[in-house]
Amino acid sequence: MFLINCPYCGERDQQEFKAGGEAHIERPKQPTELSDDEWAEYLFMRKNIKGVQFERWNHTHGCRKWFNMVRDTSNDEIKAIYKMGEKPPTR
Amino acid sequence: MRNKYSVFSLIKNALSYHENWQRAWKDPTPKKEYDAVIVGGGGHGLATAYYLAKKHNMNNIAVVEKGWIGGGNTGRNTTIIRSNYLWDASAGLYDHALKIWESLSQELNYNVMFSQRGVMNLAHNLQDVRDLKRRTHANRLNGIDAVYLSTEEVKKFCPIINTSPDIRYPVLGGTLQRRAGTARHDAVAWGYARGADAMGVDIVQNCEVKGIKRNGDSVEGIETTKGFIKTKKIGVVAAGHSSVIANMAGLRLPLESKPLQALVSEPVKPIIDTVVMSNAVHAYVSQSDKGELVIGAGTDDYVSYTQKGSHQIVEGTLNAILELYPIFSRMRMLRQWGGIVDICPDASPILSKTSVKGLYFNCGWGTGGFKATPGSGDLFAHTIANDEPHKLNAAFNLNRFVSGDLVDEHGAAAVAH
Repeated sequence: MFLINCPYCGERDQQEFKAGGEAHIERPKQPTELSDDEWAEYLFMRKNIKGVQFERWNHTHGCRKWFNMVRDTSNDEIKAIYKMGEKPPTR
Repeated sequence: MRNKYSVFSLIKNALSYHENWQRAWKDPTPKKEYDAVIVGGGGHGLATAYYLAKKHNMNNIAVVEKGWIGGGNTGRNTTIIRSNYLWDASAGLYDHALKIWESLSQELNYNVMFSQRGVMNLAHNLQDVRDLKRRTHANRLNGIDAVYLSTEEVKKFCPIINTSPDIRYPVLGGTLQRRAGTARHDAVAWGYARGADAMGVDIVQNCEVKGIKRNGDSVEGIETTKGFIKTKKIGVVAAGHSSVIANMAGLRLPLESKPLQALVSEPVKPIIDTVVMSNAVHAYVSQSDKGELVIGAGTDDYVSYTQKGSHQIVEGTLNAILELYPIFSRMRMLRQWGGIVDICPDASPILSKTSVKGLYFNCGWGTGGFKATPGSGDLFAHTIANDEPHKLNAAFNLNRFVSGDLVDEHGAAAVAH
């Protein structure tokens, strides 16, 4: 449990949000060209990092908008929050 | 030579004030090289080592554990054992484990306190009723004991449940597996450790894996905090940290690691003599032999390795517990904790070879691995020793995420993933 600073609504309790998993997984541009291995990579394989991870969140009980978060999964410390479409912070 | 535990050894040691018991396992420094190394000294890892030594004559092996044995999810779960899963592959896997549980104390000469007190799963809405009836039929076709109970039969089997029709989630029925039950979690880890150690397995605690050395497509050894260990076979049984180890070998797994919580109350006199689970309201409860209520909650929905979990998850579970068991309203809770569970997209485990020769993974047990400990160890040992899966774990390979042949057990996995 922690506070999340929604880029649209401000600081709210984590239970207002829904985690959407790993961010920046690009949807295949040519789905028909994909092999089964590539589909498995896209659909199922995850980095599941212990440490700093880039992920998507949705403010389900607020503005219902998606945004990105950089969070340390070893201590739940939030490093950065940025809107969809923005470049991820490099440090 | 390992001394056998018996009533006579108990009396003999009582005479010397229990000060001369033999150590249950050694505290070895790791050798330079082993035939196989198991990463992770929880129940599954220790069981794997035990069966590798016992059934496959691999005695020159080691178990390396970052902390102390049984200190991870083995010591953090709610000790429920059952095999009432939906699909044939799962039924085979989990019932194999349940059959081993039934004679495990005798085999290990270590009392794992396996108690077949029955596990009841409650239905709270019409879809639950349909799903549980379907699962009961599927179980019986697979030779697994299961009965469907009406609301009245639920009340008769566990009288403290509130079966009033006007509660928020009324009890519409339930299933009962009588062969299911609980066991003592620490004893499972300690019993397997003692058994494996007696056959020459080195159990190395406080030894964290820092890297996996690969030579092209095969493994050469592991880098640990106690130095480099050369080996041609590595079996990773690291639960919530499986992805961390996989990343060291340059692999990705279809896993997400999340905190799962549990809590226990102060000890009280016997009040509930079975295990009751309720998927729809995220609550399950049993009573330990010490008298504590053991209550399991749900997972947080974000990736985290913090071994804590959120308060609202516990609050939601206790709301449900109090509605179902009003008698517990003045119970005081003693301890709460979290464990990191590795959840697969299909809520089924992975016991598999990988694209790297000599690297095997036993992971993805998610919220329900404890019940499978003996079977998991047995089948994973077979997979490592023969470099081929046993027929009972063949379906639980990594390739199912490529072929699409998933084993969807979200319904039977109990805690909604």
